[in-house]
Order: sequence, then structure tokens, then C-alpha cells
Amino acid sequence: MAILTAPIQALAAVWSMVVGLRVTVTNFFRPQETIHYPRQEVPPSHLDSFRGHIELVGADEDPAKARCIGCGLCAELCPSFCLKVVAEELPVDSAVCYPSQAGTDLLMPTPKFRAAPPSQTQPRKLLSYHLVYHTCSLCGLCVQNCPAGSLRFSHDVYLAGASRGRFEFDLMERLRGQAARGGAKGGKAHA
Amino acid sequence: MNGSLLTSVAPELLRLGIGLLALVGFIAANGMLLLYVERKVAGHVQRRPGPFEVGPHGLLQAFADAGKLVGKQLATPAGADGLLFWAAPLMAFMPVPLMFIAIPFGENLFGLETNLGLVLILSFAGFNVLALCLAGWGSNNKWSLLGAARAVSQAVAYEIPLLLSVLAVALMCGSLDLRQLASSQGGWPWQWNVAVQPLAFFIYFVCAVAETNRAPFDLAEAESELTAGVHTEYSGMGNGIFFLAEYANMIVVGCVATALFLGGAQGPFAPGPWWFLAKMYLLVTLVIFMRWTYPRVRFDQLLNLNWRWLMPLALVNLLATAFAVKLAG
Repeated sequence: MAILTAPIQALAAVWSMVVGLRVTVTNFFRPQETIHYPRQEVPPSHLDSFRGHIELVGADEDPAKARCIGCGLCAELCPSFCLKVVAEELPVDSAVCYPSQAGTDLLMPTPKFRAAPPSQTQPRKLLSYHLVYHTCSLCGLCVQNCPAGSLRFSHDVYLAGASRGRFEFDLMERLRGQAARGGAKGGKAHA
Repeated sequence: MNGSLLTSVAPELLRLGIGLLALVGFIAANGMLLLYVERKVAGHVQRRPGPFEVGPHGLLQAFADAGKLVGKQLATPAGADGLLFWAAPLMAFMPVPLMFIAIPFGENLFGLETNLGLVLILSFAGFNVLALCLAGWGSNNKWSLLGAARAVSQAVAYEIPLLLSVLAVALMCGSLDLRQLASSQGGWPWQWNVAVQPLAFFIYFVCAVAETNRAPFDLAEAESELTAGVHTEYSGMGNGIFFLAEYANMIVVGCVATALFLGGAQGPFAPGPWWFLAKMYLLVTLVIFMRWTYPRVRFDQLLNLNWRWLMPLALVNLLATAFAVKLAG
């Protein structure tokens, strides 16, 4: 039987090679998918899923002010320690007793930095928000866990720089700049 | 002065000299052209532009590459056999112009009139293996040596069915002269030898791709396993000459296939050389497309294909041809 099946298999294999050639030849004539970067740029609508460095989301009433409540969860969670959040201290008497102080949160230790729960009625004023992007691994824990929805990935595909300083961001200033250009309303991000 | 010098040289010798010079130019120009075509094909097959920045549509990219290769330092690895190491690229390229002189590009467009053109080409084609062998041995590098071992066993294996398939055509036409083999066919596809000997053409084509070490049979340089195989230690123009020889060999096998199977320089409406070049470039383009279509075969698959399929088929084909020629004659 092998004397019959082997040639048939061989012919089928040869035919599969013809099919393969047809695939490459048709792709050869189809339009290209790449973009000639310095002359062309990716349309913003294609950048929705792009993960650039993180940026602050402006509040609905004032796009120049971040939604951030200054809880500092992002800086605590960051595995690369690339965030530095400074918020104004709350008066001592307004700080409530939090589970971490009761020792009940064994499954997910509460960050020590946080003085008040995310659902606090009295947000702390954000004083500065710095990102050191060269150590960021884009894990997204900060974006995922921000209780105020104040963080998102920017869509800056073309970020490039010649010095380390270029990758250290003052995100509050960046937000103010975006607001001045009228582009930082919640939801849609601009590079 | 010049005129008297020219007339004092035998015309045959003069023709050979001019032919060799023209052919070296042809080979160099084609090396650049094919480098460009190869990269453009690779790009477009993968839906990207390929070389684009140097010159309009990257047309001058080959010149930039050549300039880079020429400008690079020629480094000899420590512990390498310098003589063998640098003899190898020269030996890879040296026989190439000699293979071209027997190829009939047109009715009167050939370098050397010989009735053993096919033998000449096939014997000089064997030099390439020796060059790869020397390169692998002289590099003092285990990848190079493994690549050389593969190159030799591959070439030994594929030379045999190649010869057998070519022999079938030679038997049919009763000649080893490429010009005579080409002119014994007609101008239309159904008058070509490929219509009578499709199996021989198929075997020849597969073996030719393997002989020139082109993907999917580029086991000798297999970059995923052997970095670059025999080319690993070569820098600058040493590597460049190997590449030039590879492209030149592609053209040689394309030329031989055109002359043997595709009617050579014959065709309707246009002068012969254009037909010859068109057919040859078509085959070379096919080889380039094959490289960007098929994955590299494993070494045992390579040898299995040869010894279990191509060899017996070529033998059967040759025997059948011999019978047919005897009966018809």
C-alpha cells in the first residue's frame, strides 16, 4: 500500500508548496501595512490600545486639575518605585482608623503611606506628581488600582529623547499643558 | 598602436577577453540588482516597503551596502589559517565568470565557442563546495566547520540528481553544447524541452536551489543554528564576495535552466537575448520568492528528499529517456 500512498503524499506536499507560493505572491501585491514614520504618522484612532507612560486624568469641572485624591496607592503599588506623589497632610483628627491599623488585612496589605481610605470624603490636595519613566515597566498596576480613576496610559508613540531628563515627567505640569491646549477632558488622551 | 595590438591578438582570444570583462561587469551589476530585488521582495511579501530611504524607493541601497562592505576592516580570526581563510572567498568567486563564458545569451552572444559547455559549467560549479569547505576549515570556528560539513554533504548529494536530470536532456538532443541544446528547441512553450521533460526540469530546479545553498536549502549558513555557518567569521568584502558568488550562481543555474529547458534565446516578436534574460530573471525571481515562502528544511529531511526521491526519480527518468531515444532513433 505504501507504494501507492507515498507518491500521493509527495504530490500533496508539492501542491502545498504551490499554495504557499500563492500566499506570498498575493501578499506581495497587497498594500503595505507599515507607515513611513518621519513623513507619515499613525492616525490617533489606531493608538487607543497603545500603552505609553502614564498620565493624569483631568477632573470634569477643571481639566487642569487632576482627579487624584492624593491617596498614594499608585506609588505604594509601583514595583519599580518610579512614582513620587506628594499630597498635603490631613489634620490628625480627620484620619479614621483603617484596617491596616487593626491588622485584619492579611490578604492585601494596605500601603503604609495611605492615611485615609480611598472612599474618603475629604480628598487630600495633590501637591506634586513625578514619574521617572526610565525605570517604569508599564505593568499598569497604578492605572488598574487608582481609586479615583485619575491615571491612564498616554498615547505618545513617538516619545524619544537624547538624555535621561527627557524621561522624567512632572505629570501635573503636563496635565496643565494639555488642558491649556484643550485636550485633556476625561476619556480621550492626547500625546 | 592600439589597433595593431588588437589585430595581432588571435580573434578567439580577443573575444574571450572581452567576453570575460563584460561578464564580470554583468555579474557585478546583477549582484547589486538582485540584492535590491531580494530585499524588496522580502519586504513586500511581509507587507512592508523594504529598502526605501536611500535614493528613490531605495534604489541606491545596494550602492550604500557595497560601499559599507568595501569600507569595512578585513579581520582574520585568531588561530585561523590565513591563507585558506582568504583563499576561500576568492575561490568562491573565481569560477563564476568561467561558468558564464559558455552560456549562449543569444544567437551570437556568447564568450567561448565550445561543444562541451555543459560539462564546463557543471565542473566549475563544483568549486563552490570547495570554497565553502575551505572557508569552514580555515575559520577556526565550530559553526563554520559544521556549516562546511553540511555544505559538502549537501552538495555531494544534490550534484548527482542534477547531473542525471541534465543528462536526460543531453541524451535527447545528442549534444553537450549549450548553444545546440538551446537551438534544438522552438520559440513557443510547447516546443521547449520542459514540455517533454517536466520531471527532469523539476528535479533540476530543486537541485539547483540546493546547489546554490539558497533557502529553503541554506543549511550551510542556517543562521538560527550556526549563526552564519561558513560565513560567520568573514567581515567586509570577504562576506561580500561570498554573497556576490551566491547571486552569480543563482544566475548561472537560471541561465542553464533557460538554455536546457526553456528554449534558450528563442521566442517570438523580440530579439533572442531579451527572451533569454526574461526567462532567466523569471526563474531567479521564483527562487527569491521561494526563499521568502518556505521554512528551512531539517538536515535529515534534506538528505531524505535527495536520496529517497530525487535520485530514484532522476534515474528512472534517465532510463526512460534512453529507451525512448533508442526506440525513436
